[in-house]
Amino acid sequence: MTDEVARKVIEIIAEQAVLEPDQVTLDSTLEDLGVDSLGLVEAVFAIEEAFDISIPFNANDPASSEFDISNVRAMVEAVKSLIAAKGA
Amino acid sequence: MRRVVITGAGTINALGRSVPETMAAMAEGRCGIGPLEFRDVERLSIRIGGQIRDYDENAHFNRQEIALYDRFTQYALLSAREAVAQSGLVIDDALAPRAGVIIGTSGGGLHTQDENYRLVYEEGKNRVHPLIVPRLMNNAAASHISMTYGAKGPSYCVATACSSSNHAIGQAFHLIRSGATEVMLAGGSEAMLVFGGIKAWEGLRVMSKDGCRPFSRTRNGMVQGEGAAVFVLEERERAIARGAPILAEIVGFAMTSDASDIVMPSQDGAARAITGALADAGMAPEEVGYINAHGTGTTANDRTECAAVRQVFGRHADRLMISSTKSMHGHLIGGTGAVELLAVIMALRDGIVAPTIGFEEPDPDCDLDVVPNVARRTEVRAALSNAFAFGGLNAVLALRAA
Repeated sequence: MTDEVARKVIEIIAEQAVLEPDQVTLDSTLEDLGVDSLGLVEAVFAIEEAFDISIPFNANDPASSEFDISNVRAMVEAVKSLIAAKGA
Repeated sequence: MRRVVITGAGTINALGRSVPETMAAMAEGRCGIGPLEFRDVERLSIRIGGQIRDYDENAHFNRQEIALYDRFTQYALLSAREAVAQSGLVIDDALAPRAGVIIGTSGGGLHTQDENYRLVYEEGKNRVHPLIVPRLMNNAAASHISMTYGAKGPSYCVATACSSSNHAIGQAFHLIRSGATEVMLAGGSEAMLVFGGIKAWEGLRVMSKDGCRPFSRTRNGMVQGEGAAVFVLEERERAIARGAPILAEIVGFAMTSDASDIVMPSQDGAARAITGALADAGMAPEEVGYINAHGTGTTANDRTECAAVRQVFGRHADRLMISSTKSMHGHLIGGTGAVELLAVIMALRDGIVAPTIGFEEPDPDCDLDVVPNVARRTEVRAALSNAFAFGGLNAVLALRAA
C-alpha cells in the first residue's frame, strides 16, 4: 500500500512533467520537474481521482495550501494521511 | 486610405482538411453532409450533418495541448497554421503590438460543456477536471492563436450566431484600415456536432432530416456543419513589400440590425447591410459578379435573402450569380462565413464559382441565378459574402480580385 501510493503519485506527476516515472524521485520538487501551475492543478485532480480523496489545495496560493507541495515526498505523505483520514 | 488584403487562408471542414481540398470539393460540387456519428445520436431525430470524418486530435496536438483545447479551438488552430504558412507571416517583436486575432464562434467549447454536463448531471460525479473553464470559454480559440503566433495587439472573440465569422473578419478589416493594426488573424470556428448541440437545434424545428437544398422549392431546412477557417489579413503595402501572396482584397464591410424579431429574418435589415457594404467599398451594384449567399435552406431565409438582393440590385440581380455552399459543408453557425469566404476567394482568384448543390426545382420566391448543382468558370472581379444571424444581426463583406 505504502509503496503503491508513492508509485501512483510519481506516475501522475511524471505524466504532467512529460517524464518517465523513473526520472522522478521523492526528493524532486515541482520546479525541478518543470511542472507549472496548470500541470499542478491537473496533477491534484488526477491524484484525487486515483485515490478518491479531496485534497485541500488552493490554486490562488499553492505554497500556503494545507497540501504540502514542497517536494514529491511531502505530497506522497500528504496523500497517505488523506487516505488514512478517509478510512478512519 | 489604407487597403487590406488577404495573404493566407486555412481551413478544416467536412469538405477537406485544407484550403486546396475544400476548394476542389466546392469546384466539383461534392457534398460533405452525411450521417452524424457521436454518442447518443440515436436519441436525435436529426441525424445528418457536415461532420469532419475520422478526426484524430492526437494526430495534431500533444496530451497537454488537448487538455486545454476544445474541438473548436483545435479547428481554429489548425486553420491558423495553414493560413500563416501560406502567408509567410512572421510576427516579430516590432510587429507583435500591431498584430491581433478575432475569431467568431457561436457556441465556443461545446464538446467540453457536453462532456462535463454529462459527468456531473447524468453520471453524478462531483469532481470535475480543473481546466474546463479555459477549455470552454468562447475566447479560447482567439487566445490560443494569439499565444501560438505571438500577436500582442487587440484580440477577442465575436459571438453573433451565424454572422460571427463575418463580424470577426469585418472588424479585423476595420482595425487594419483605420491604422490600429497592421496584420490580423481572423475567421471563425464551430464544433456544435455533439448531442446537446443538435438536440437544442432540433427543438427549433428548422433542421432538415434529409439534406440542405438552398433556394430549391423542395428545401426543408438547414443542416449543421462543423469546422473553421482563418485568414491572414494584412495592410496592402506591407504585404506587397514583403512579397506575400495576395489572394483577394477586402474592400468593404457593413453591419446592420433588424431590431425586429429574434429568429425571423428581415428583408430590410439584409438589404441595408448589402447596400452598406457596397457603399463602404465604393462599389457600384453592377460591378458585383458573385454573391456568396447566407442561403441556409430554410424557407424564410432563402426567400428573404433573394428579395433583399432583388431590392438592392434591381435588374442587375438577374445578371449576377448567387450560390450557397452550405449545401456542401453544412451550416457552420459561428464558423460559416469564414469557410464561405473561401468560395469568394475561389471565384475572384481562380474564376470558379461554387455551385448550390442539391438544387431540385426552381422556387418562384428565389428567382435568381443560384448556380444550380454545377460550378461555373467565369471571371469575377467583385463579390459579396452575406451573413444574416438569428437575433437579426447582419454582416456583409465586399471583396475585389487582387
